[in-house]
Amino acid sequence: MNQFEAKVFVRLRPSVLDPAGEAIKSAANKLGVDGISSLRIGKLIEINIEGNKEKDIEQNIELLCDRLFANQVIENYDYFVKRLDD
Amino acid sequence: MTKFTVGIVVFPGSNCDRDVAWALNGCLDIKSKFLWHESSDLTGIDAIVLPGGFSYGDYLRCGAVARFSPLINSLNEFIRSGRKVLGICNGFQILTESGFLPGALSANKNLNFICKDVKLKISSINCDWVQNDKKNNEIVLPIAHGEGRYFCEEDTYKQLVDNDLIALEYLQNPNGSSWNIAGITNKKGNVFGLMPHPERACDPSIGGVDGIYILKALLS
Repeated sequence: MNQFEAKVFVRLRPSVLDPAGEAIKSAANKLGVDGISSLRIGKLIEINIEGNKEKDIEQNIELLCDRLFANQVIENYDYFVKRLDD
Repeated sequence: MTKFTVGIVVFPGSNCDRDVAWALNGCLDIKSKFLWHESSDLTGIDAIVLPGGFSYGDYLRCGAVARFSPLINSLNEFIRSGRKVLGICNGFQILTESGFLPGALSANKNLNFICKDVKLKISSINCDWVQNDKKNNEIVLPIAHGEGRYFCEEDTYKQLVDNDLIALEYLQNPNGSSWNIAGITNKKGNVFGLMPHPERACDPSIGGVDGIYILKALLS
């Protein structure tokens, strides 16, 4: 068995309003940081998982993203898988 | 004859389950039974209410974890049989997350938790969950949610309209919902999800009775 690390990013789809992102953008402006044209909040999910092949791990992460981590009506996802114990 | 029994699903974090039971039993003399989410035994249950609250602490997304409970899995067959399912607030979120209803619920546009009475327009003509009386197609129900902004893309909206599936619309949109949508049904008409709380409007002494029709519709 090999150890893998996966990082999953879940983001609101561009067509979905992100009111929390807008609020933080406003706070960033108050901090004196100008020029921010867009600020959107997403989620980072970190997973440590063991398995034989990277391809199998990717399949499982894809399943988790599709069925659990993201609601694809409002969210997109992408992920990166890295083998840890080379 | 066995009395018509409405199952009220209880998740860890549900907090309107008792309110629904009070409205059904105390106000409307409808028998109810609490169903723990880990059970998948729906024997003797004629209709189901998914109540409001914060199932699984709203972790990940509202309703996202609840959808994996054994009881929600057994809803497939229950719904296919034509029996009725009513999802209120968090129950509506669970129904969309589970794919029983289209669209999704996300954070209110103003980021506030909104708790107030709202005026609603009864939109659907044929849906039997609401009474579309041409002379008076407005009702008032309380809302209480932080993530009640209904979202769907235009093609889904078109399908909702073409199939007469929008049961309720906000007259003054409180949360930024797409096309003012407050409640929708499935195509078959036996699944209804809405953000407002009909169970909190079943007794004139607490401010309204416009929820009675919706809860009584569980029986039809």
